[in-house]
Amino acid sequence: MPRKLPSKDVVIVGLGWAGSIMAQELTEAGLEVVAIERGPWRDAATEFASNYVQDELRYGVRRELDLRPEQATFTFRNKMSEMALPIRDWGAFMPANGVGGGGVTWNGATWRFLPSDFTLKTHLVQRYGAGFLPKDITISDWGVTYDELEPFYDRFEYLCGASGAAGNLNGQILEGGNPFEGARSRPYPNPPMQQPFSQALFAKAAANLGYKPFPKPSGVMSQAYVNPLGVRLGPCAYCGFCESYGCGNQSKASPQTTILPVLIRKANFTARANSEATRINLDKSGKRAVSVTYIDASGEELEQPADLVILAADTLFNVQLLLLSGIGKPYDPIANEGVIGRNFTHKTTSDVLGFFDKARFNFNPFVGSGGAGMCIDEFNGDNFDHGPHGFVGGGVIGQMQSGAPPIRTNAVPPGAPRWGAQWKQALRDNYLSTVTPGLGVQGGFYAYRDIYLDLDPTYRDRLGRPLLRLTIDFHENELKQNKFLTDRFADIVKAMGAEKVVMQARKGPYDITKFQTNDLSGGAIMGDNPQSSAVNRYLQSWNAPNLFVMGASAFPQNAGYSPTATLAALAFWTAKAIREKYLQNPGALIHA
Amino acid sequence: MLRADWPGSSATALAILLSVAALGAFAEWGYQSRYRSLSAATERSDQQDFALIERGRYLVDVADCGACHSNPGDSRPFAGGRKIETPFGAVVATNITPDADTGIGLWSDEAFDAALRRGREGKGAPLYPAMPYVYFAKMSRDDVRAIRAYLNTLAPAHHDVGPNHLAFPFNLRPVMALWNAAYFRPEEFQANATKSPEWNRGAYLVQGPAHCGACHTPKNQLGADREAEEFSGYAAQGWYAPNIGNDRILGLGDWSEADIVAYLKTGHNRFEAATGPMAEVVSLSTSHLSDADLKAMADFLLDQPAKSAEQAYSVLPAHSGSAALDALTFKAGEAIYRDECSACHGQDGAGSPALFPNLAASSSLRASDPTTLIRILLQGGRSVATDREPTAPAMPAFGWKLNDVEVAAVLTYVRQRWNAPSASISADEVRQARRSLMQRAD
Repeated sequence: MPRKLPSKDVVIVGLGWAGSIMAQELTEAGLEVVAIERGPWRDAATEFASNYVQDELRYGVRRELDLRPEQATFTFRNKMSEMALPIRDWGAFMPANGVGGGGVTWNGATWRFLPSDFTLKTHLVQRYGAGFLPKDITISDWGVTYDELEPFYDRFEYLCGASGAAGNLNGQILEGGNPFEGARSRPYPNPPMQQPFSQALFAKAAANLGYKPFPKPSGVMSQAYVNPLGVRLGPCAYCGFCESYGCGNQSKASPQTTILPVLIRKANFTARANSEATRINLDKSGKRAVSVTYIDASGEELEQPADLVILAADTLFNVQLLLLSGIGKPYDPIANEGVIGRNFTHKTTSDVLGFFDKARFNFNPFVGSGGAGMCIDEFNGDNFDHGPHGFVGGGVIGQMQSGAPPIRTNAVPPGAPRWGAQWKQALRDNYLSTVTPGLGVQGGFYAYRDIYLDLDPTYRDRLGRPLLRLTIDFHENELKQNKFLTDRFADIVKAMGAEKVVMQARKGPYDITKFQTNDLSGGAIMGDNPQSSAVNRYLQSWNAPNLFVMGASAFPQNAGYSPTATLAALAFWTAKAIREKYLQNPGALIHA
Repeated sequence: MLRADWPGSSATALAILLSVAALGAFAEWGYQSRYRSLSAATERSDQQDFALIERGRYLVDVADCGACHSNPGDSRPFAGGRKIETPFGAVVATNITPDADTGIGLWSDEAFDAALRRGREGKGAPLYPAMPYVYFAKMSRDDVRAIRAYLNTLAPAHHDVGPNHLAFPFNLRPVMALWNAAYFRPEEFQANATKSPEWNRGAYLVQGPAHCGACHTPKNQLGADREAEEFSGYAAQGWYAPNIGNDRILGLGDWSEADIVAYLKTGHNRFEAATGPMAEVVSLSTSHLSDADLKAMADFLLDQPAKSAEQAYSVLPAHSGSAALDALTFKAGEAIYRDECSACHGQDGAGSPALFPNLAASSSLRASDPTTLIRILLQGGRSVATDREPTAPAMPAFGWKLNDVEVAAVLTYVRQRWNAPSASISADEVRQARRSLMQRAD
C-alpha cells in the first residue's frame, strides 16, 4: 500500500523542458508545486564541468546521461504481424533521463513549425485533393494555429537566448533569414552563431544554386545573455561536443541554465529526483485525477495527491502512463477506434557525405557547436509543389554538423579499405577535408493507421508493468520524400566542391538500431474532439479535466524540424490557459 | 514561637529561619537585580516594541550572527554548536536563543551588552575574540539593546553545545584577560566630523557590527589586529581574505561604489564573484542590507588607502632566478590557459560580466598570499546565488587534472599576463597548498 503524502496543488511528472516551464509558470501563480523526476538531479556547473565533459566514450558512446534500458525500455516491431521484442540497447533514439531531460543533451535547435504544419489536413486536402494523400494516412489539424502560438514561441526563444536571423518579421521578408518561416513579432534575442568553414561553404553553394540559406536557429548562445528570469548564459566556445553532452560553459540553453536556478529558490517548489512515477490515479468516477503513485530510490512506493496533474514524462512514457492508468481509450488499429497510442511518429532522416581534396580544403571539423549550421527550407512541409512528385511532406536540409569527435567521425571515401592500417591512413588523410553532416536531411514523418503505441502483451518491466510496444515502419510516402530531399542535399554538397559524394538515403524497413533523432511524437495527440484525440487544444485530457499531457506526445504528426521549441511554446500556451481560465473555474476548457 | 522543652530547637529554628531568610533575601536580591535591569531597560523602551525588534533583526543581519551561531544542518536558528576555526583550535559557538538552561534566556540586558561590547560572558568570564567583541565594542548601547530585543523573539532551543577544542594555554579562559589587557580598548564609535554622515554610517558598519576587519585585517601571532594595516588582507580558515582598501593594484582595484554595492548585494559584479566564506557572508548578511547602507560601506572603504607592507611589482619579477626558465614557465602557462581556461575567462582574461570573473582586472588574483588563488584552482569554487543573481556559476576543480608544475605555471601566467604583474607562484607553494587542503574538513 503506497504511503500517502500531504496533498499539493500541482504534481508534475517529469522535470524536463515542459515540466520545468510548467513548474515555473504555476509557482509564479502561487501554487504549491512538486515535481517528480525518475532520474537524478543534475547541476550544470558541477556535473557538466567543462574541463572533463568533452568525453565522447563516456557521453557519446556509453551515453552516461541517458536512461538505462535496465530501468525502463520498450518493445519494438515493424509490422502488426510481427512479434515485438525488447530494446536492450538504444539505437534509433536515445531516451533522456534526469532533471533537464532531453534539454540537457539536445543540440539546441529552436525551430518553429510552419503555419501550414498546424492545419496540415485542411491545407493538403485544399491544395492537392484528398485523393493525393497516401492510403491510411491519419494526419489531422492540431486545433491550434501558428498565429496563436507565435507569442509563446517568442517567450521560449527569449527564455533561451535563441541565436538566429529573422526571416519574416511581421510579414516583412528579410534577407539572410528563413523566408518560409511564419511571421515573428520581433527579432531573435541574440545574433546568429558564427559558422565554421564547411557550414559557410554550404551556404555559399546553396545560394549559387538559387536557394535561400539561413543560419539554423540556435539555443546555444552566440554571446553572453541574461534571460527574462535573470539567469545568465555565457558565449559558446565552439568546443564541438554538444549533442549528448551537458554544457558546463553555461552556453547551451537547458532547464538548468535558464529556469532551475530561479525555481529552486522558491519556497513553493519541491523537486523529488530518483523518483519514478508508476501510475496516475483517478477517483471512482474516472473523471478526475487524484494522485500520482511513484517509487523512490529506496524502493518505497509513495502516493502524491494533488489538485492538478501535469504529465510531462516525454512522448513514450506519457503514453505508457496513460495506458497503465486506464486514462483514455487505448487505440485499436484494426477497429480504428480509441486514441491513446495513435498517430505515433518519428522522423525521416538521412545524410550525404562529402569528400574533398585535402590540399585545397581544411574544414577543421572539430570546431563545432550544436547551434551552428546553415540550412535551406525550400523542401520542407508544403513549401514546394508536391504535385509532380507523388508524396507529401518534407524537411529542413543543411550542413548542421556540430563537431567531429574522434571515435565516431570515421568516414573514409568509397573505395578505401574498411579496416586495418590502410583504413587508418585513409581516415587520417581525410579527417580534415570530409564533411559529415550527421543528419543533414531531417524530414517529417506523417501519421498512419498502422504506426502506433500500445502495451506489450508479453514483456513486463522490473515492477511487473507491461512495456510500451512500438509498431513503426516507413511508408512509401516518407521514403519517396527522403529520396527527393537526399538528392537535393547531394546537389548542394557537390556544388561545395566535393570530389566524391556518398548519398545515404533512408531505406526501409525502419531500423531500430540506427540513430534517427530523438524526435518521437504523438500517441496522446491534441485535436478538436475526443473521438480522434487524447487532449484538447490546451493539452487538457478529454477524460480528466485536471490532467494536462505535455510534450511532443501532443503532436498529431511530426513536421520537418526538431520539436523542442514547439512543445515548449505549447507548455507556455497551456500554462497561460491554466492560470487565466482553469484556476478561476476548474473544469473542461473545451466542451466538445 | 520557641518552646522551652526543645533544647537545641530554638537555635536550630533560628538558624533555619535565618537561612531561609538569607536565601530568600539572596533570591530576592537576585530577582530584584534582574528585575531592576529589566525595569531599567523597560524604562528606556518597551522590549517588545516592533520598531526596536525590527532594528535588531536588521542589525543581526549586519553583524552576521547566524554565520557562527546557527549551525548548517540544524534547523533551529541561532542554537549554536558550529565549530569556529581559529589559529588556536576550534571555539564552539554558543546557543543564543532565549532558552533558560542552555541559551541566554536568563541573562540580564547588562550581561548581554557586556558580552557584545566588553567581551565578557554571562557570569563575567572573558569571551574568546572569535566572538568579535573587539569590533562590536564600537556599537552603541541602543543597537545592542535592539539586537537583544530581536533575539528574545526567537524560539528557545534546548541545545547544550559542549566544550571548546582549544590548545593549551588558550583553553584557560583567564588567559584571555591578559590578551584583553594587551589588545582590547573598548571604545564606542566616534563620528569623524570632517566626513559626511554617509561616510560615518559606513565607518560605523564596517568597523562595528559588520566586523569586516575580523577577516580582512592582518593579525599578529596572538590573533590581534595589526591596526596600522587595517583591511590589508589576512589568511584564515584555509582562505586568504583579500585587501579591501582602495588601492588600484593591491586593493579594490578598479571597483567603483556601484561595483562594491553589487558585489555585496548580489554576490557578483562585473569583475568577480563571491565564493568560499564570502559567499556565506553575502548570503546571510550583506545581501539583506539596504542599498543605502551598502553605499555607505562602499564610500568608507573607497576612502581607505592600502596600508599594506606589500610592494606592487612593475617589473616582471624573476622567481626561479633564471630568466629563461621564467620565460618557459610563462609560455607553458599560456598554453594551459588557452586549453583549460580561455573558454570561460576569454583569451583576453576579461571573462563575462557577472558570470565568469575578469582575471585581467582582478587585484585579488595578484595578492602576495596566493592561498585563495591556489585553492580555487585546485578545488574549484561555487559562487553564491542571490535573488538578484540566481545563476551561481561555478569554477570546476583542476587539482585532479593539472600537476603542481602546471598549476604554478598557469597561475603565474594569469598573474603576469595583464595589467600589473605580481610575483610568480612556485610548484613548491602549490604542493604545500595541496597538502594543507587535504587536511581540511571543508
